[in-house]
Amino acid sequence: MSLTDMYNIALMQGFAGLSLFAVLLLMGLGLAIIFGQMGVINMAHGEFMAIGAYTIFLFSTLTQNYLPDAMQAYFPFAICVAFVIAFIVGWFVEWALIRHLYKRPLDTLLATWGLSLGMQQMFRSTFGPKEVSPTLPDWLMGSWAPSEGLDIPINGMFVLALTALVTGLVMLALYKSRWGLRVRATVSNRVMANAIGINTKKTDRLTFAIGCGIAGVAGAAFTTIGSTGPTSGQLYIVDSFLVVTFGGAASLLGTVVSAFGIAQTQSISEFFMTGSMAKVLTLSLIVLILMMRPQGLFASKVRR
Amino acid sequence: MSHDHDSHDSPESNNRRRLLQGMAALPLIGLPAVSNFARAANIPTAQVNTTKLAVTDTEVVVGQLHSATGTMAISETGSIQAEQLAIDQINAMGGVLGRKIRVIKEDGASDWPTFAEKSKKLLINDRAACVFGCWTSASRKAVLPIFEKENGLLYYPTFYEGLEQSKNVIYTGQEATQQILWGLDWANTEKKAKSFFLIGSDYIWPRTSNKIARKHIENKLKGKVVGEEYYPLGHTNFNSLINKIKLAKPDCIYAVVVGGSNVSFYKQLKAAGITADKQFLLTISVTEDELLGIGGENSAGFYACMKYFQSLDNPNNKKFVEAFKAKYGPKSVIGDVTQAGYLGPWLWKAAVEKAKSFDVAKVAAASPGIEFKEAPEGYVKIHENHHLWSKARIGQMTMDGQFKVIAESPQLIVPDPFPKGYQ
Repeated sequence: MSLTDMYNIALMQGFAGLSLFAVLLLMGLGLAIIFGQMGVINMAHGEFMAIGAYTIFLFSTLTQNYLPDAMQAYFPFAICVAFVIAFIVGWFVEWALIRHLYKRPLDTLLATWGLSLGMQQMFRSTFGPKEVSPTLPDWLMGSWAPSEGLDIPINGMFVLALTALVTGLVMLALYKSRWGLRVRATVSNRVMANAIGINTKKTDRLTFAIGCGIAGVAGAAFTTIGSTGPTSGQLYIVDSFLVVTFGGAASLLGTVVSAFGIAQTQSISEFFMTGSMAKVLTLSLIVLILMMRPQGLFASKVRR
Repeated sequence: MSHDHDSHDSPESNNRRRLLQGMAALPLIGLPAVSNFARAANIPTAQVNTTKLAVTDTEVVVGQLHSATGTMAISETGSIQAEQLAIDQINAMGGVLGRKIRVIKEDGASDWPTFAEKSKKLLINDRAACVFGCWTSASRKAVLPIFEKENGLLYYPTFYEGLEQSKNVIYTGQEATQQILWGLDWANTEKKAKSFFLIGSDYIWPRTSNKIARKHIENKLKGKVVGEEYYPLGHTNFNSLINKIKLAKPDCIYAVVVGGSNVSFYKQLKAAGITADKQFLLTISVTEDELLGIGGENSAGFYACMKYFQSLDNPNNKKFVEAFKAKYGPKSVIGDVTQAGYLGPWLWKAAVEKAKSFDVAKVAAASPGIEFKEAPEGYVKIHENHHLWSKARIGQMTMDGQFKVIAESPQLIVPDPFPKGYQ
């Protein structure tokens, strides 16, 4: 084992942590908006991610069959469509289900859990029980090898870039746009926001739909690293809630920091321990910290 | 939810049905369809069924117990289809002892207590003569006490960790040593692999398999295990593991990763630059079913050790693949366990016909020595320990999601569910 080898492995390990960070953050973002800003416990969050993933699969199959020349280009386009579809479904779900339950948070939990079961069965009936994975364009596969023995996964870089983009956009929208202003007003004082003429119902619906849309984007991005099955959403839901709760529910910055912390702990401990033990260590640390700071890392300063 | 099947056959209703069928058949006397009556009459029902199973002069009821829903549906669908295909073919040949097989399908829903409950229903209410079912070891362990208590007969299709033997179960898949030892020998002699990195999902089958593999590598092959790692089921992030592999530089990655994790694992291997031209990888957990999800571009060139591959070149298999595709569509793929599922009904038929009885005790007693020469995998025979003699084969993954068979054990391998020196 030479020094360059060590150096390369350290670099790759650092990148492994970064790409896990990107994955966790992307998962948590949509939920941070829905759970953090609206207080809705959306158990179907993972299924909205699956919608995004299946959209990519659908597009890859269609492109392969009808437009094989466009194979290299379909992916970014399909991600946008994944956002739109998840957005529309989210809009509809808010209208049909969530808005009746705003005053009963525990019932939303049950209702969205039921929704997630229903959506899983829908995926199963439509796409079959077997896991699928879309054919990715060539430029998304393989690794970038700047030097001998150093391989940086391209899909990891892609997810990282996409996460940066989406996070940036969400921050911008939340703190610079009209919608963001309305959301923040509604979160801090719903009645007053209503009184000064903000249509809180519309704001809620838009917020929920945007959260779902981002989940769709996350699911779409994850097709580059994993597979998609009817129950894939279940794999993500726990981690998503973990990231958001640990970061402090109402704080986007908290979500970012918590995703980073969890990812680094997990990935570094995985390197030095077995996989299952690493998970145990990460979770124990989170539990410990949450015991000391029940409100999460970054609690928003709200007068209660 | 599927309790109210059309299947609550009490003996009385069977008699009534027989009478009605007989009356309905009266105008048809002389047509070939009636010949079953004649054949069945050769051996009276009272003689072939002394334990009150659901057997009439024309019909025998069997159960099928798999997960058609839930997380295991991905794997079990193939077995469900293959068993149904075998049963259809047997029925087209006139059934078993002149009696048509009627299947009662129950859904274990990927939930082990549900498996136990449904097996009770099949054995006690439906009086099924035998049951084809289960996939995971956990589901088998859940139903085993019930099969032993109610004296049922289970045909279990999955390759599994061994360490079990029951008079009420026929294991049509490989137990661990049949799948592992010869494959490792092959890796050692053909690929000159001396150091191995063992990877598995964290539950009983991968752990037991790797334990056996480690003993074999260290004691028999005099090789070295440079790493052994387990990850929770459904784990999707293998980057740290891959760096560990790069650090250890093994001659062979020995992978026992199951389910959806497989897809992440191979995708990330590829993304980290570990491809078949640089690294030798042998797995015992990837069949054609998994390749469907993994995709040829992520896995081409790696090796798997199984007893059956869809591309196996023999007349039996050609017929089987053709029939399977005719029934389930040209795009369907057939994995190792699917083929093992197909063996169940045929082995049962042969044992029943040898015993001249549907009674579970007699069928079980007649089973050792039963041969099935038309098996798609070639030839199988039931051992006294209720497992099958079978060959082991190495397949290399191809771009189109299939395997190219490149090596095969010269002899059938004896099943050895309690291997000495490996525990």
